[in-house]
Amino acid sequence: MSAGVLDLDDVDRAILRALAVDGTLSAGEVGRRLCLSQPAAWRRIRRLEEAGVLAGLQVDVDRAALGFGVTVFLGVKLATKGRVSLEDFERAATAIPEVQVVQHVLGLFDYRLRVVARDLADFERVLRRRIMTLPGVGNVEANVLLTEERRPGPLG
Amino acid sequence: MQIDDTDRRILRHWLAEPGLERAALADRAGVTPATLWRRLDKLRGAGVIRAETAAINWRALGYEVEVSLRFTLDKTNPRAFDEFIAAARGVPEVIGIETFLGRVDVRLNVLARDMGHWTGIYRDRILTLPHIAEVEALMLVATIKDSAGLPL
Repeated sequence: MSAGVLDLDDVDRAILRALAVDGTLSAGEVGRRLCLSQPAAWRRIRRLEEAGVLAGLQVDVDRAALGFGVTVFLGVKLATKGRVSLEDFERAATAIPEVQVVQHVLGLFDYRLRVVARDLADFERVLRRRIMTLPGVGNVEANVLLTEERRPGPLG
Repeated sequence: MQIDDTDRRILRHWLAEPGLERAALADRAGVTPATLWRRLDKLRGAGVIRAETAAINWRALGYEVEVSLRFTLDKTNPRAFDEFIAAARGVPEVIGIETFLGRVDVRLNVLARDMGHWTGIYRDRILTLPHIAEVEALMLVATIKDSAGLPL
């Protein structure tokens, strides 16, 4: 492991696993689950926060219940490349309210975008009016999300 | 459950900035803290808010490489999806599994410490997953935006 990377023990990993399921747990509750005192749990959580391992809370909502029944991942290839065109594309893409995620990638595409829409007709509107008009946009491939599952990752 | 404009306003501000203190969120949504508390409770009870989870910064734990792997599966086998996904769950470096309608069937989000580590995972754990017809890799360069925000 390189310098600056936090060394975790089993207790730290158990804390991260617990908070990745419920980020609202207090230090006392985390402590009770892992047979730690409240101050000991608090110190460990604080250390994980300071090292930037715990990077805030995220909220998981039922998008369909809120009227957003469709999530689509787009692979976008730029027609023109160069630093300026990347910045223009990124600025315009991040400003679209329906675009939740913008990732610069290496491979078959240049960008991955996660787009939410009310239904397929609404998605088509976003695609035509907002995505296809982005500066420098070339080929676009769309895949409609059916299911998603978050995994605990290498914390075992 | 009936969701009204107040619920939508609260969720819009909260999803845009999940780290907001409750008092600041109430302020932004233009409701009293008591109303906010009641509304969030109701939304949780109805399952609209499923969870509040801690975001883990894998880079701070030494995982420098993140790859999005796009698979098409051999769909002549009716068990292909189930068996592929069950096997993918057994790979600790997999942090997300998504299924799609489109040219891609399944996507895996995979972490690695560095390129050497990645090569090992790819050869020993990924290419050995069952029913793969085709696989493409997109290597993450940078995340420009990552938000759960909804245009409510």
